[in-house]
Amino acid sequence: MDFELMINSLPKLLNATVITLKLLSASLFFGLFIGLLFAVLRMNKNTIINKFAYGYSYVFRGTPLLVQIFIIYYGLGQIEYLRSTILWVILKEPYWCAIIAFALNTGAYTSEILRSAFQTIKPGMIEAGKSLGISSKIIFYKIQIPIAIRQSLPAYGNEIILMLKGTSLASTVTLMDLTGVAKYIISTTFKPIEVFIVAGGIYLFMTFLVHNTIKYLERKFSY
Amino acid sequence: MELLAFGKTGWGDELFYATLMTIAVSVTAMLIGFFFALIFTPLKLSKNKFLNLIGNFYTTVIRGVPELLVIYLFFFGGSGAIMFVASMFGYFEYIEINAFITGAFAIGIISGAYSTEVFRGAIQSIDKGQFEASKVLGIKKHIQFYKVILPQMLRLAIPNLSNVWQITLKDTSLISVTGLVEIMRQSYIAAGSTRDPLFFYSFAAVLYLLVTYFSMKLINKLELKYSRGY
Repeated sequence: MDFELMINSLPKLLNATVITLKLLSASLFFGLFIGLLFAVLRMNKNTIINKFAYGYSYVFRGTPLLVQIFIIYYGLGQIEYLRSTILWVILKEPYWCAIIAFALNTGAYTSEILRSAFQTIKPGMIEAGKSLGISSKIIFYKIQIPIAIRQSLPAYGNEIILMLKGTSLASTVTLMDLTGVAKYIISTTFKPIEVFIVAGGIYLFMTFLVHNTIKYLERKFSY
Repeated sequence: MELLAFGKTGWGDELFYATLMTIAVSVTAMLIGFFFALIFTPLKLSKNKFLNLIGNFYTTVIRGVPELLVIYLFFFGGSGAIMFVASMFGYFEYIEINAFITGAFAIGIISGAYSTEVFRGAIQSIDKGQFEASKVLGIKKHIQFYKVILPQMLRLAIPNLSNVWQITLKDTSLISVTGLVEIMRQSYIAAGSTRDPLFFYSFAAVLYLLVTYFSMKLINKLELKYSRGY
């Protein structure tokens, strides 16, 4: 055990953790909107819209995240037309490509979580709202959404942890996140176990924090 | 379509073999995972606090650390560990382990942590009366497990194991970083030499979807078979 290496690499790894957290929060933020949008589309009675939303979630949940990042980072740059548009400013940056891929991926999972949460709401709740003369818009925002959030908290907590682990793939498109820096230190020092313990410890600590925050929120919102 | 031609002009046959490689690695990893689950599920269910701790340590650490980090540990540490053992027996040459074995083992350990959780949940949801009834009937412990608990457990576990299978299948894309030529690696090579990454990575996505689709059909059949009588 090379304890000196472990202590020396800790500041570098903690620095890289900031990038990991930035990637995570940006992806979750955009992913939540994508997820909500597709959950609503999934519950639409129009079969074409419905099938489209189902296809989206099937494709993004059925293929590896690595493929999705590579298509966006290496693949989209190939389209000449895209290079001439304003979108290219975003798509040439590996940082934004990673966030787009992560957000689309977590959006697919989030849409499934939210859809099942909406479906478990008892019809009586909505009927009660209707009979009280509340407009369907307010029923959606004030009754359906709060219940759905409570219902989906445990599953969404798992999704946050999956996404936290997913951000490690950013290192495959040249980003120096926690895993990227860990790999760099391993390949220069050839001490995989020491670096794994430190980097893995940081990931575990973050997982632990997410897990407990969700548990706290679950208790707070329980009824 | 020319790009996918079989033979020397296209990448069809290469990608076909790469798909077989992905399936082979996934199945091997899944089986290694079952082996780990077989060890760690009893530990997690044990009343002994120390054994319990070991079981929980395994599933918590593996499920809380990125798959890629575990793969790097095995990729860089695997041959080092074996060379260390070999050096104790007086063998000092460089040993390189096969990328297939390293990859399958790394993914297998990850898959095992998920399988352990599935088996634990399945055993815990079997009615206590089943254990007691078979005890009262004087059935021996190991026969009780094989004839009473296991069939009921499989019925409960198969839907969740199909999730583990999907996770494992997708995780194998990560061992492309170690150089094993599976779908992802082959697409990377093809994309590099034809300068057509969009096509090849999209095609890789289609291949993964096909494997998922057909394996799910197979699993659904299994599920029907084990839920007879319910």
